[in-house]
Amino acid sequence: MIAALVPLVVLLPLLGAAAALILGRRRRAQMAVGITVLASVVVIAAVLLVAVDTSGPVAVAVGGWEAPFGIVLVVDRLSSIMLVISAIVLLVVLVYAVGQGVADRHRETPVSIFHPSYLVLSAGVFNAFIAGDLFNLFVGFEILLAASYVLLTLGGTGERIRAGVTYIVVSLVSSLFFLSAIALIYGATGTANIAQLSVRIAELPESVQLILHLLLLMAFGIKAAVFPLSFWLPDSYPTAPAPVTAVFAGLLTKVGVYAIIRTETVIFSENDVTVLLMVIGGLTMLIGILGALTQADIKRLLSFTLVSHIGYMIFGIALGGVLGFAATIYYVVHHITVQTTLFLTTGLIERFGGATSINRLAGLLKASPLLGVLFFIPALNLGGIPPFSGFLGKTGLFLAGADSANTDAAGTAWLVWAVIAAGAITSLITLYALTRFWNMAFWRGRGELEGYESVLLGSVQEAPGGDTVTASRTTPVLMVVATTALVVVTVCLTVFAGPLFDLASRAAESLTDPGVYVSLVFPGGIR
Amino acid sequence: MTASLTLVVLMAVLFGAGISIMLERSLTRVLIGFLLVGNAVNILIYLMSGAPGTAPILGEGLDPDEISDPLPQVFVLTSIVINLGITAFMLALVYRSWWLAQLGEKGDLVDDEAEDLEDAEEAADLIRSSAADDAAIQELLDASDEEVPR
Repeated sequence: MIAALVPLVVLLPLLGAAAALILGRRRRAQMAVGITVLASVVVIAAVLLVAVDTSGPVAVAVGGWEAPFGIVLVVDRLSSIMLVISAIVLLVVLVYAVGQGVADRHRETPVSIFHPSYLVLSAGVFNAFIAGDLFNLFVGFEILLAASYVLLTLGGTGERIRAGVTYIVVSLVSSLFFLSAIALIYGATGTANIAQLSVRIAELPESVQLILHLLLLMAFGIKAAVFPLSFWLPDSYPTAPAPVTAVFAGLLTKVGVYAIIRTETVIFSENDVTVLLMVIGGLTMLIGILGALTQADIKRLLSFTLVSHIGYMIFGIALGGVLGFAATIYYVVHHITVQTTLFLTTGLIERFGGATSINRLAGLLKASPLLGVLFFIPALNLGGIPPFSGFLGKTGLFLAGADSANTDAAGTAWLVWAVIAAGAITSLITLYALTRFWNMAFWRGRGELEGYESVLLGSVQEAPGGDTVTASRTTPVLMVVATTALVVVTVCLTVFAGPLFDLASRAAESLTDPGVYVSLVFPGGIR
Repeated sequence: MTASLTLVVLMAVLFGAGISIMLERSLTRVLIGFLLVGNAVNILIYLMSGAPGTAPILGEGLDPDEISDPLPQVFVLTSIVINLGITAFMLALVYRSWWLAQLGEKGDLVDDEAEDLEDAEEAADLIRSSAADDAAIQELLDASDEEVPR
């Protein structure tokens, strides 16, 4: 019964996309289709999460073709957690986008294309989370990427085409890497089934394992925007419409992180690249946040913090162990919601203040106290201020790090401590960058804007060509409601941190033993 | 595992040519490079299926050792379809990019400000001309008023 629900997660958005395309000229019907589909996926994902958590993971052989020849869909605790949180975020952002679309009937955003592309994007994200086969994972990636190309270049203005070209070419290269990696892995093992790979990869010579492992990590690293493969992100995300940027920032990089978790736990569980991941995680944090420091534009600033905070997740994956993975999973969930919320709030700021640059915004707190609250809570949350979930997630990661450093035998304890220090510094700089924006945009009086000089603004640089001012007179209620709902979700992550962390720990426990995954897909053992 | 040397050489040439073209600035060449590398990857997948054999159709009394591996062929087919879609999108993007470069940022869109400006001028003309008419009528009326008492 539960198994029948699994394919629906991908099927519903795809059918919805087809329906939305047919209903291209009827905006209301399109909106209804989109919201109904995503709302039902939220329900299905929640049912799956409860079922998987109580009665164990589910594997479905699509079309009755048994693994390893057919495609398997696997839902374990990690997959279902990712499904639930991504479905919630996608639904809320769709509501926000509907609110925005109703308000400005702009020729720049052809809404008839937006809904189908958005649903296809959702299908790709969900497919990537439940893929039990490396090639199916690739297909999931391609579905979401193709939809994201359309969404990023929506309207085809010069600025978006320019930003889109960088994104598209980088994504194409990463797809080619991924496909080559699949080809070589197939050549070496004769399978693309993740569970079967887990057994067969371990039989390969050490050097071959390392080459395949690094090739796969490179493909996922580009998607997850890990330093030094992250250069494309701050250039391409900020130009898209606010809801699109919010979804991209919240979800797309996390799909890459999810794929890295699977790579490290199931496929290459024997092959150890801890030190590499540790160094990369630390560098991603520091380099990313130093980039954020010099940005005047809040969208670019947030894009850089996004890159930087991916570093925490890579650090958690490098640590491994139940505590490390549990903290990583909790951090991923926290970061998806908070980053999306901040980009949605930025959309509101843009409408309300008519700009996104720290040099042209002032007096927002007086003008709209609600906007102040909607920015302040997620900003503190991202900066890691207690008692919010950002603080809890980072503490969990640091505790896992300290734990592994104390019991460490491989002589990498100093490296772990160094990355923990980098994490603490990154957290403080994030807080600095966001409070600076808060001071300038919210606390500074409207009248002080002309000829204002401050040491805080000494080193910031404007976005290239970013002097477009798009003030609008109205802020639709639906946009505010959607943003508020997501802020409430982030607060809930804090309030229910105990049960959620227990759930993440249970998910991490099944991750640390690849045998669980293998025996799920092959109940009778592997030939 | 055996592999055809011709295919290996072809793959290497496609990879090399594709990557060097992809490094060009022009978007059209990037697309051509992507197509070449994409095909090189497809050949790589095909090479990984091992020695060629007879058609992999079960139920014909074939010896499983003699058929060729069907799975990589499925992968190649899927990847060709994906490449086709991406190529169509890229062509649209190239065209759009070229179009914007030819016509500038505004393209063939009517300039909002200029439109407003023209409207304003027309309105001003209308007011001016109607004001002149009004004045003329007033003059006539005044003249007729003056004539009435006689």
